[in-house]
Amino acid sequence: MRTAPSASDTELVVLVLALLTALLVAAPVISLVLIALQPAGEVWSHLIAYVLPRAVGDTALLIAGVGTLTLLIGTGTAWLVSSHDFPGRAALIWLLPLPLSVPTYLSAYVYVDLFEPLGLVHRALSALMPPAEAVQWLPQMRSLPGAMLLLALVLYPYVYLSARAVFQAQGTDAIEAARTLGAGRFTILCRVVLPMARPALAVGVALAALETLNDIGASEYLGVRTLTVSVFTTWLNRGSLAGAAQLSLVLLGFAALLIAIERIGRRNASVELSAESPRLRSRTRLDGAKGGLATAACLLPPLFGFVLPAGFLLGESVRRSLSIGIDPALWRDALHTVTLAALATVIALALGLIVVLAARWREERTTRAAVTVTQLGYALPGLVLALGLLTPVLVIDGTIANLFRAFGYPSPGLILMSTGGAVVAAYVIRFLAVPTGLVKAGFDRIPRDYDDSARAAGAGRLITLWKIDLPLLRPALVGAAILVFVDCLKELPATLLLRPLNVETLSTSIYQYASRGSFEDGALAALIIVAASIPPVVWLTRFSDLPE
Amino acid sequence: MSRLRAAALAFAAIVVPFAAGAAEQVNVYTYRETKLVQPLFDAFTKDTGIAVNVISASSGLEQRIKAEGAESPADVLLTVDIGRIDDAVAAGISQPINSAVIDEIVPAQFRDPNGHWAGISMRARVIYASKDRVKQETITYEELADPKWKGKICIRSGQHIYNNALFAAYVAKHGEAKAEEWLRGLKANLAQKPSGGDRETARDVAAGKCDLGIGNTYYWALMQKDPDKKAWADATRVVLPTFEGGGTHVNLSGVLLTKNAPNKANAVKLIEWLAGEKAQQIYADANYEYPIRPGVALNPVIAGYGKLKPDPLPIAQIAANRKAAATLVDKVGFDN
Repeated sequence: MRTAPSASDTELVVLVLALLTALLVAAPVISLVLIALQPAGEVWSHLIAYVLPRAVGDTALLIAGVGTLTLLIGTGTAWLVSSHDFPGRAALIWLLPLPLSVPTYLSAYVYVDLFEPLGLVHRALSALMPPAEAVQWLPQMRSLPGAMLLLALVLYPYVYLSARAVFQAQGTDAIEAARTLGAGRFTILCRVVLPMARPALAVGVALAALETLNDIGASEYLGVRTLTVSVFTTWLNRGSLAGAAQLSLVLLGFAALLIAIERIGRRNASVELSAESPRLRSRTRLDGAKGGLATAACLLPPLFGFVLPAGFLLGESVRRSLSIGIDPALWRDALHTVTLAALATVIALALGLIVVLAARWREERTTRAAVTVTQLGYALPGLVLALGLLTPVLVIDGTIANLFRAFGYPSPGLILMSTGGAVVAAYVIRFLAVPTGLVKAGFDRIPRDYDDSARAAGAGRLITLWKIDLPLLRPALVGAAILVFVDCLKELPATLLLRPLNVETLSTSIYQYASRGSFEDGALAALIIVAASIPPVVWLTRFSDLPE
Repeated sequence: MSRLRAAALAFAAIVVPFAAGAAEQVNVYTYRETKLVQPLFDAFTKDTGIAVNVISASSGLEQRIKAEGAESPADVLLTVDIGRIDDAVAAGISQPINSAVIDEIVPAQFRDPNGHWAGISMRARVIYASKDRVKQETITYEELADPKWKGKICIRSGQHIYNNALFAAYVAKHGEAKAEEWLRGLKANLAQKPSGGDRETARDVAAGKCDLGIGNTYYWALMQKDPDKKAWADATRVVLPTFEGGGTHVNLSGVLLTKNAPNKANAVKLIEWLAGEKAQQIYADANYEYPIRPGVALNPVIAGYGKLKPDPLPIAQIAANRKAAATLVDKVGFDN
């Protein structure tokens, strides 16, 4: 039994910062609620009659499909590489997370281009049969199943990474006990390993599902009318910002539901390691046909999720660079992109840690609420978030301008808007859920005994954090940093709307090409996004790799 | 590094606006891709010495200008369709351009009756017809709902702004009831669920998935220029459809002067310059659009479509029917 912690200064500072963070994330939601309070006229009767049934149905199906596929692919591959040895495993370990580096909208463009009539696949098939007949054999990428598969191939690493982190650090005691009792490998997987990994798997699937909910580029292009797509048409074509804001709140409800499901899933499964240092299990060697199957199973997802799209982009980049040359603006765009993403990553990581710490140190309703609120940003589609953020950001900018004037200086204009501060804020709010979720999952695996012993030995909160918790949290922190950084590199709608004059990022530059119907001209920018995301992903894989 | 950068950004934020009054400049918010408009702005700067600062986005710029309020740096909003410009005027972020030059050059049909916006270039929503399978020379928009095209038409989402404007024009011409009937007919004629973009539409026609595709004029011209895609364009020909007793549906790239424009004089100069002969020629050749200014030569590819006769319906009337069109699209389940 632990006694209620006494409030130290450190705890109070962290608590206040955590609440401010929650307020930061809540700001665009609150401003959205205010917009939604305005009457939206007859929009709703129309939405309910014609739009919502379809949109809710398609969204639910898409999320269910992507969730199931990412769970199967992510858990399966993580289990294989964590518990088994087979040919190519060493290479596959760093290949498997790489699809994370491909933005979903790019993947959609590439796949449609490859599998559409007159594309590469069609031309190859045409060598075997008449072209008109070959058309019949092409898979329909622009469809709901196409969208499910495409998104799952890009998003499964969310599950893979969290599953592998858990499988790898899996204590041997329970597994050995099960084995002693005569349980087979499959029984152990289902009855021991998976239940223990459930919190981490839930976080991974929830991230993939939220990402799906948020996606607009790929879904719209593939002809899937999700709730997110409906928000945009309501706003743009029906000219109803209030209606769109109300619909966004429905979307937010959907996301909250996902988060709640994840919470309930982990409530009864709070597994803490025993205080002894966890021993690693030795891996089972798979040879022959079994080994081949394992290799194939782990090769296919990164092959389709990464190698194929990246290879396509590489080919197009080389071709175009040779014939047209390289746009000199590209390097400046890349610098903008990395600067904005790096700033946002550092801030998001710090704030995520603070929020989780506050909740761990003081378990009470407010801190739990703060954790929940920080996860909501992820549920807002980028453009909706940007719209919601406009008012709060400009209130701050206006206040600063007024302060200047009050002291007799000329107005400096809109500082946050004109420096990219608004973009960074949008990234932080949008992606704060990632560090919060991963750090929380990481903390859940650190026995409280550790903290308590350190504290009993006289160490303060910060010393305990620095000496005990942070080293144990390192994989989670590094993982979070990478996910946030890569997400920021890829982010499009909020960047488009909130960036300052004369600033392009790589993704906005690709968007410009794509909207002219020639996204291959932006292949090099796309390739840079993908390439820039690779070293961090490799780094993550190395760090999360425990010494063997 | 990041701290240094942050400090530099903060410094720039404070210094740049102070210095702004010194150099001549104009700030443009645009729905046009910067890469398309940059050649125009470069030429403008060369002619006038006025620097052009640009931000381009896909949506929400009028909301941004509105939220930025009196401090907004925006002088000019450049759009790719009439819907956004209509939204912008409704949001109260515009002021009359008050330019005799614009009033003289831009035909009244393509200007706001109150002078808040003007069209700068035109694109037509046309048909990419299969060269092999479609022999008919002229096609009306009304005819697209004719059962003879059953299973033969490809189109992108009915909620896309380009289709929205075309359908709004249909509503304006024929009324909602007729438009609904027409949309149901068109829907029944589709070869597949609406998806992709105009480029995929041309590709589907070229591959034989459908005989007629609906798309904008410049996509086809862009395909002609790209050796990889020339085959898609070559398998199709562009038919300029017309409304019965009317002309071809056109949409506008429009320009609007913001209410709080800090560089108003320069903004008006830019707007007038965009309607000038040099800018109009760049529009025609670099963007494959129809110039708004009479007497400017068309790009040969565009001229090859035949003579464009824009439908006489005032653009403002199309804008007024956008919501009705969007409602009908949902009502008939066009995209389902």
